[in-house]
Amino acid sequence: MGTTVIERNEEVRNSKQTNETAKINVKDLDLFYGDKQALYKVSLDIHEKEVTALIGPSGCGKSTFLRSLNRMNDLIDGVKITGDIVIDNENIYETNDVIKLRTKVGMVFQKPNLFPMSIYDNVAYGPRMQGIKSKKELNKIVEESLRGAAIWDEVKDRLKTSALGLSGGQQQRVCIARAIAMKPEIILMDEPTSALDPISTLKVEELIANMKKDYTIVIVTHNMQQAARVSDKTAFFLNGEIIEYDETNNIFSMPKDQRTEDYVTGRFG
Amino acid sequence: MLEKLSARIFLFCALLSVVSLLLIVGFVFYKGSHPFVAEGYSFFDFIFGMDWVPSEDKFGIFPMIVASLFATIGALIIGVPVGLFTAIFLAEIAPKRVAKIISPAVQLLAGIPSVLYGVFGLAIIVPFLQNNLGLVKGQSLLAVILVLAIMMLPTVVTVAETAIRAVPKMYREGSLALGASQIGTIFKVVVPAAKSGIMAAVVLGLGRAIGETMAVILVAGNSLILPTSLTDSVRPLTTNIALEMGYAFGTHQEMLFATGIVLFSFILLLNFVLAKISSKGGN
Repeated sequence: MGTTVIERNEEVRNSKQTNETAKINVKDLDLFYGDKQALYKVSLDIHEKEVTALIGPSGCGKSTFLRSLNRMNDLIDGVKITGDIVIDNENIYETNDVIKLRTKVGMVFQKPNLFPMSIYDNVAYGPRMQGIKSKKELNKIVEESLRGAAIWDEVKDRLKTSALGLSGGQQQRVCIARAIAMKPEIILMDEPTSALDPISTLKVEELIANMKKDYTIVIVTHNMQQAARVSDKTAFFLNGEIIEYDETNNIFSMPKDQRTEDYVTGRFG
Repeated sequence: MLEKLSARIFLFCALLSVVSLLLIVGFVFYKGSHPFVAEGYSFFDFIFGMDWVPSEDKFGIFPMIVASLFATIGALIIGVPVGLFTAIFLAEIAPKRVAKIISPAVQLLAGIPSVLYGVFGLAIIVPFLQNNLGLVKGQSLLAVILVLAIMMLPTVVTVAETAIRAVPKMYREGSLALGASQIGTIFKVVVPAAKSGIMAAVVLGLGRAIGETMAVILVAGNSLILPTSLTDSVRPLTTNIALEMGYAFGTHQEMLFATGIVLFSFILLLNFVLAKISSKGGN
């Protein structure tokens, strides 16, 4: 079965050479928390304007991997990373401009984490941090972003009220709007619906499907159906390794690896 | 039987502080209000009177009120930013090893007896001001402000640091993920989120400054004039009481109690503000 991994990785790498649309190119990524290794030689190509789902049991490294893509792991003491992550031909661990990276690679977290300020200020936060002061321009960005996150109609009359008064599902969509406001090219989502009710989840999933035409999306999810519904490609993580990476259809209907099959059919994890 | 007895003992202990409070407040108010209620002195003249000459029956504490307010505000202007930046540094920026050295040092500062702050002020700050500002006498409003600013640091730092540390990590992550810098995140997200705790820190520091007596006596100069500049020798409310209570009697003594009422009112007001702030922070 080990050979399957290698074969798949070879295939991925080969496909990179022929397929120039790879937006993110990860090669031999090892990640350590102190002495503990969390990722083992992870290699993966993520394609532009597709939704890539990362699935796997808890603690398999999928969130850790996701957070490597915008260097959020830098915040944790004692993290060591080797290998390459190349986005648009730039190795993100070789540049020092983390701010530019995070502008380009937005992120939506597991729990809605809006700031304790108004809806408007939340969405305008990123652009303001970039130095945009013009009220007209900010208004435009806020409206566009909230429309982009399919929440404009629900909040347009209460933009100046506290964002924390919204329901969890609405908050999460404002979080997506806040990410969109930075005009990112890639959006990382770390189990964005795990704290939401089924109807809110559905809305966020619809939103993700719509956003695909403008953004490259990488989503971590515990929910297999969600991965099947929203993603084009799926990577199955287990114990810090990618076991299988393929078209989502193939992963769910004819996985090549026994472990993938066991996981997607619910036999473990 | 034993159960009942021990419950009584607990109750007695719990009541002790309440009773003490009532006794002190009652006593101070009884003594302090006597001149105005029974002896015909004007309360207005007491508060706004410019002269305090007990031997001539003149009891005006306006210069002292002003001195107390100026000293407190001045101490806040210096102490709050320094304290807040220290708290931010300890909670957000400093590596753990550095914070582990600075944090206890700041807390130890709170344990130094106030008279030692006064001695320090008298031995270091007063001569320093005297020499560098060309003053006849280094004891001044500025010296009081500097000593009080140092004295309020531990309170401000500790309370503000706790408030900043209590801000959920997800706010920081959210801000950093939006491409904000660490400093931008601190000032735009973390500090505003810790606002009520930081306000509490400020009010507690203020309470410490306005009530401080011993350190202030040594560096204030204690002149009975309305302060017009930072280099004036001043006498705040607390020092007036401490300086004269030893030999005062009759109306003079009662007027010192009345000074205590004014001081107490300030502190009560502060506590009220603090309660307001913390109840708001809870929501």
